[in-house]
Amino acid sequence: MAEGGRAAGLAQGLRAYRLVAGMWIRSTLAYRVSFLMTALGSLLVTGLDFVAILLMYSQVDALGGYSLPEIAFLYGLSAMSFGFADLAIGSAGRLGTRVRDGTLDTLLVRPAPVLAQVAADRFALRRVSRIVQATVVFGYALAATDVVWSPQKVLLVPVMLVSGAVIFASLFVAGAAFQFVAQDAAEVQSAFTYGGQTLLQYPPTVFGTELVRGVTFVFPLAFVNWVPASYVLGRPYPLGLPQWAAFAPPLVASVCCAAAGLAWRVGLRSYRSTGS
Amino acid sequence: MGSARLYAAVAVGSFRRYATYRVATAAGVFTNTVFGLILVYTYLALWDERPHLGGYDQSQAVTYVWLGQALFATLAIQGGGFETDLIERVRTGDVAVDLYRPADLQAWWLAVDVGRAVFQLAGRGVIPFVFGALFFPTALPRDPALWSAFLVAVALAMVVSYGIRFLVALSGFWLLDGTGALQALMVTGMFCSGMALPLNAFPQPLGDIVAALPWAALLQMPADVLMGVVDPWSAFAFQAAWAVVLLAVGRLVQRAATRRVVVQGG
Repeated sequence: MAEGGRAAGLAQGLRAYRLVAGMWIRSTLAYRVSFLMTALGSLLVTGLDFVAILLMYSQVDALGGYSLPEIAFLYGLSAMSFGFADLAIGSAGRLGTRVRDGTLDTLLVRPAPVLAQVAADRFALRRVSRIVQATVVFGYALAATDVVWSPQKVLLVPVMLVSGAVIFASLFVAGAAFQFVAQDAAEVQSAFTYGGQTLLQYPPTVFGTELVRGVTFVFPLAFVNWVPASYVLGRPYPLGLPQWAAFAPPLVASVCCAAAGLAWRVGLRSYRSTGS
Repeated sequence: MGSARLYAAVAVGSFRRYATYRVATAAGVFTNTVFGLILVYTYLALWDERPHLGGYDQSQAVTYVWLGQALFATLAIQGGGFETDLIERVRTGDVAVDLYRPADLQAWWLAVDVGRAVFQLAGRGVIPFVFGALFFPTALPRDPALWSAFLVAVALAMVVSYGIRFLVALSGFWLLDGTGALQALMVTGMFCSGMALPLNAFPQPLGDIVAALPWAALLQMPADVLMGVVDPWSAFAFQAAWAVVLLAVGRLVQRAATRRVVVQGG
């Protein structure tokens, strides 16, 4: 019974998400030129952080022992995962604004799960450009690296992408839940999401052990790309993790998902309307 | 005399407006510290590979990172200052109220932006910088003269940054929707100010080009003044020249823009 109820709730949430997101897509596409321009602009903005890496590599051959194609591999994986999560659920970062101005109340009275509504709110199709840009970089990485591909490695790539997207999405949800408590603290969330994504663009060998430990065991971002990519690239694992850790991302992603769900419920329950 | 008091009052009001949001400020401090941490490790690796890249040694590169984080919000390097307000006021038509005031549009918003910048220097800049200086090897001078020269360079950088963003905001009179212009501001700010990589570490001839653009006055100049890499007076001259040019162009564009304003009655 409870299982059936949960499945029905999930279906209802997905339906609500589809409807709200679809509405925003239609409204975005009503202004086609404006959409194309902002999408191109986002492409430029997101492309720039790879240009920064290219600038660094114009001065050196390797950073932390990683060559440019290897960095591009890390970059592509983390940016694609992030791109999918950001597209799907990035709007949840605006929750603080809704709490502050009281418009969250409107979402609460609608007969649809709040999380689905918040995630689809102002669904920004232009975020596709992050995925496009990351795919291009990843394509370059695949063409330029001299990885000896095995069936396991090939299979691991889509697993990494999906798990990575789920880990980032969990961060977005947990960050949104945090904004129930600290409404103005939206920037803390970007420290973890955007900051995390920037961190993962560089190899783990660059960073201090404490930092690597933190993003492996506390906020398990290392499982988005560092750990599984070490397996694919044939590099030593960060922190001397065991060999099987490369296949742990789906497990880590499910734990993150559960934790974020819990945080969201606690956050939503603690919500007190401004009354306006 | 009277108008100086007016603009001072506007600046103080703006300072207090930003000071109200304490949680947001604390969140910003946290974010700048996290980004500083990420960046500092990549720079350490880069300078490990290429010691003396761009004429900096490793501790100077570290100092540069934390100065960047300290000045990021103050100089609104990727936007986030008064320009979003002004563009919105142009779009909604509220700018007509601004034009009615017995005050100059450019000077009014400069006062607003200076108030914001001073608050963000004290509220958002100092803590990440102190954190960086405590935990990483930095190259900070003991000479108080260099520190006062640094403050002068930061003040000039505030004006140059304002000059750039005032032009961006005025584009709203023609474009109405400021999204594209703000995006361009973000891209140029990130790239040309040396937020991603110090301008002196750019490959040539790109390095020479960006060093001549106004964005070089934002982060690169104050950093080089503090670390004693550049003669302060030549840095001030570069910054002041760009400030004057940008403010003058801003004034011309403002004149053309305000002629376009039509106030609908009713």
